[in-house]
Amino acid sequence: MPKLVIDDKEIEVPDDMTVLQAAAEAGIEIPVFCYHPKLSIAGNCRMCLVEVKNTPKPVASCAMPVCEGMVVHTNSAMVKKARKGVLEFLLINHPLDCPICDQGGECDLQDITMAYGRSSSRFDLNKRAVPDKEFGPLIETAMNRCIQCTRCVRFSSEIVGIPELGAMGRGEDMEIGTYVQKTVTSELSGNMIDICPVGALTSKPYSFKGRSWELAHTPSIDVFDAVGSAIRVDTRGREVMRILPRQNDEINETWISDKTRFAYDGLKYQRLDQPYARREDGLLHPVGWNEAFSLIADRLQHVPGDHIAALAGDMVDAEAMVALKDLMTSLGSPHVDCRQEGSSVGMGPRCSYLFNTTIAGIEQADFCLLIGTNPRWEAPLINARIRKNYLFNNLPVASIGPTYPLGYPVSDLGNDPLILEKILKGKHPICSALKTAKKPILILGQGALRRDDGDVILRLTQEIADKYGFVQKVWNGFNVLQIAASRVAGLDLSFVPGAKGYGAQKILEGAKKKKIEVVYLLAADEIDVRLLESAFVIYQGHHGDRGATVADVILPGCAYTEKEGTYVNTEGRVQKTLKATPPPGEAKEDWKIIKALSDKLGLSLPYATPKEIQARLVEVNPLFDEVDRIQPSFWKPFGREGDVNPIPFEFAIQNFYMTDSISRHSRTMAKCVQQILGWEKAHV
Amino acid sequence: MTAFKFSKENAERVKEILTHYPPDRKASAILPLFELAQRQCGGWLPKEAIEAITEMLEVSLIRGYEVATFYTMFNLKPMGKYHLQVCGTTPCMLRGSEDLKGVCKRHLGIENKETTKDGLFTLTEVECIGACANAPVVQINDDYFEDLDEKSFLKILEDLKADRKVKPGSAIGRQGSAPEKRRAHAKGK
Repeated sequence: MPKLVIDDKEIEVPDDMTVLQAAAEAGIEIPVFCYHPKLSIAGNCRMCLVEVKNTPKPVASCAMPVCEGMVVHTNSAMVKKARKGVLEFLLINHPLDCPICDQGGECDLQDITMAYGRSSSRFDLNKRAVPDKEFGPLIETAMNRCIQCTRCVRFSSEIVGIPELGAMGRGEDMEIGTYVQKTVTSELSGNMIDICPVGALTSKPYSFKGRSWELAHTPSIDVFDAVGSAIRVDTRGREVMRILPRQNDEINETWISDKTRFAYDGLKYQRLDQPYARREDGLLHPVGWNEAFSLIADRLQHVPGDHIAALAGDMVDAEAMVALKDLMTSLGSPHVDCRQEGSSVGMGPRCSYLFNTTIAGIEQADFCLLIGTNPRWEAPLINARIRKNYLFNNLPVASIGPTYPLGYPVSDLGNDPLILEKILKGKHPICSALKTAKKPILILGQGALRRDDGDVILRLTQEIADKYGFVQKVWNGFNVLQIAASRVAGLDLSFVPGAKGYGAQKILEGAKKKKIEVVYLLAADEIDVRLLESAFVIYQGHHGDRGATVADVILPGCAYTEKEGTYVNTEGRVQKTLKATPPPGEAKEDWKIIKALSDKLGLSLPYATPKEIQARLVEVNPLFDEVDRIQPSFWKPFGREGDVNPIPFEFAIQNFYMTDSISRHSRTMAKCVQQILGWEKAHV
Repeated sequence: MTAFKFSKENAERVKEILTHYPPDRKASAILPLFELAQRQCGGWLPKEAIEAITEMLEVSLIRGYEVATFYTMFNLKPMGKYHLQVCGTTPCMLRGSEDLKGVCKRHLGIENKETTKDGLFTLTEVECIGACANAPVVQINDDYFEDLDEKSFLKILEDLKADRKVKPGSAIGRQGSAPEKRRAHAKGK
């Protein structure tokens, strides 16, 4: 641990640190442009120059390792002069169009120039002009503003692993761009907007929409996948203006996926803003809350409990699910399911449906086996972690299932579920690698589980995990990658069929055969709604999507930005969203709707305040008391014995940009489907 | 242009070039392969060649494009049969490189970075090409033509046009960059 002195402060830091990091430890700020804590060091902006005693020239602190007895000055006359010089050079070719630049107000170049720069420029020649580039539907470019820090270039080759950006030309003619005007295709591309220290890369959907200082910020949680990324919802008045990541090193580091960042415009379209009821003419008519509830109460009057069923969707909060489960129990119905796509897995112990290694834990793994999963689409941030481990430790990755370019080399074992049996019997070439691995992980995707033999595959992988030491005393390498934000909470609350209860598939079939008369859809849209035509359908949700088309009564609920909801991510981490905007029109928080309906039905649920519903959650499962923490789960046998179906696996997500009722109504996502995936029309 | 392919002869050469580098470092062969492709394509490097070579070397497209744009010796647009690289740096300029450019303009009708209509000549003004002792210098394809003046340069251009052989090196008969009058300087006269 070398000791050094920075601005008269003595500090002792680990010897793998740079002077810049040591200064940050000492609480001394050094301005930077090209340095980014999550990227490799480039050292090309020269903004971080400091004076080191006994060196004749200023030193780039971001690239200078600390050593014993170093004496560093960050505020000497030499440093001040160096910073002024660097800034003057950077600004020579910068257009200074801050008044019309979207970065204005949150621009590193603006802030640093104010703090360290000269008051005026001595350059009176023409500035260079750089043509703008076309990066696709998400990123707006203004390349005149670019200062060639190459953060975006390093991001695409290091974090994403699919290099798409580069620095073309040399010297004064250097330009950042893609290969011959190619669209950026990464699912993490929006993060380049965040890391760009100037206004060269800005958000296209947000361009000229607002100024950073006009926005209110609400910390929240993302629900477009089961990762539960930390986000900040920026609002102006009632409108969500944009969504940005918050740093959470245990989950998303400082990144979020493009769907998380850009699908928010779907919150504006096709919203359910008041209750509707289907009249004799077969059309939906607006009605009041009371009338809607009366219609439901009348219809339910003569229906026996086991002719009623409920399905919960993929973005539903835990509060609504616990309330609906309680209501169904009071109505005497065992037919509830949160697995709307009809899968049968999830009834086992908690470890059988969680990402047990944890997302940060991926970094310690020394072998990774993917089974029927495309992490790049199912959880882009988990894919980024695997990529990170590959980048630092050359993590070997093997995959059983269809292939997709993931940003790191994957040895393709083929797409045959029977390979699992071979591995278990030790008759597959990959077995030797599994045996030697000290901390192996396997990631079981929904593509492998959402099949009739899902439970068999689950048992098989557990046996593989046991045989090859995936589960040790302090290491659990068995991971199920969930893709629905509500799923783990639903399973934790046992929002699954009770004794003699029907699962999702049977509920739909039952509705067709008129065995099930009333179906309560809690924002469940990923189902074959045609099967529900003869049933009385209550649809509660925020979008007029598939489920609403067959609804007889529609109850308008809240989207994730409009309520305080509890979600559990794929690791089993309980997290809460905050209310950023009020819901549109007469829409109400989901659990409150169910509570009000229960009152109308004379089955009053015993909670009326947020505090009471929280207490109910904890009562059903004490895990809900542990917010932001992961509770260890115990390793028990799960799945069932049986024969594996040799049909190849299919990825659970066919279209990354449209997976749910919000992103299906997002115009930005529709553009992504056309321009990035290159599809003529969205296959939804 | 359709997909790029190395000619049979060059494909052999590619195999040989690849042996210069360890298999896991074959990306390093990008410069010699680009150069070979440029020669095969008549002095320029088409997009298709960049794509074929990056694929061969398992380098991402954008990395290949960065290399191709960084080095000024790779031409990304079709060039004339003869690439006239007129040095315009100070020693050549003092010794009359402006006149040589004037020759190009008057007799070929081309300015910097332009190609004649018959596709024979492309003019590029370059920075120092390291033959200042023989200024002014023009590099035509692989050869240096030194100690030029308007007349001798024009003769070279006429010869090239007529497909006659031209002799590289000093236009005034100097051997390399030896003194113009033999040893006169050394004898102190």
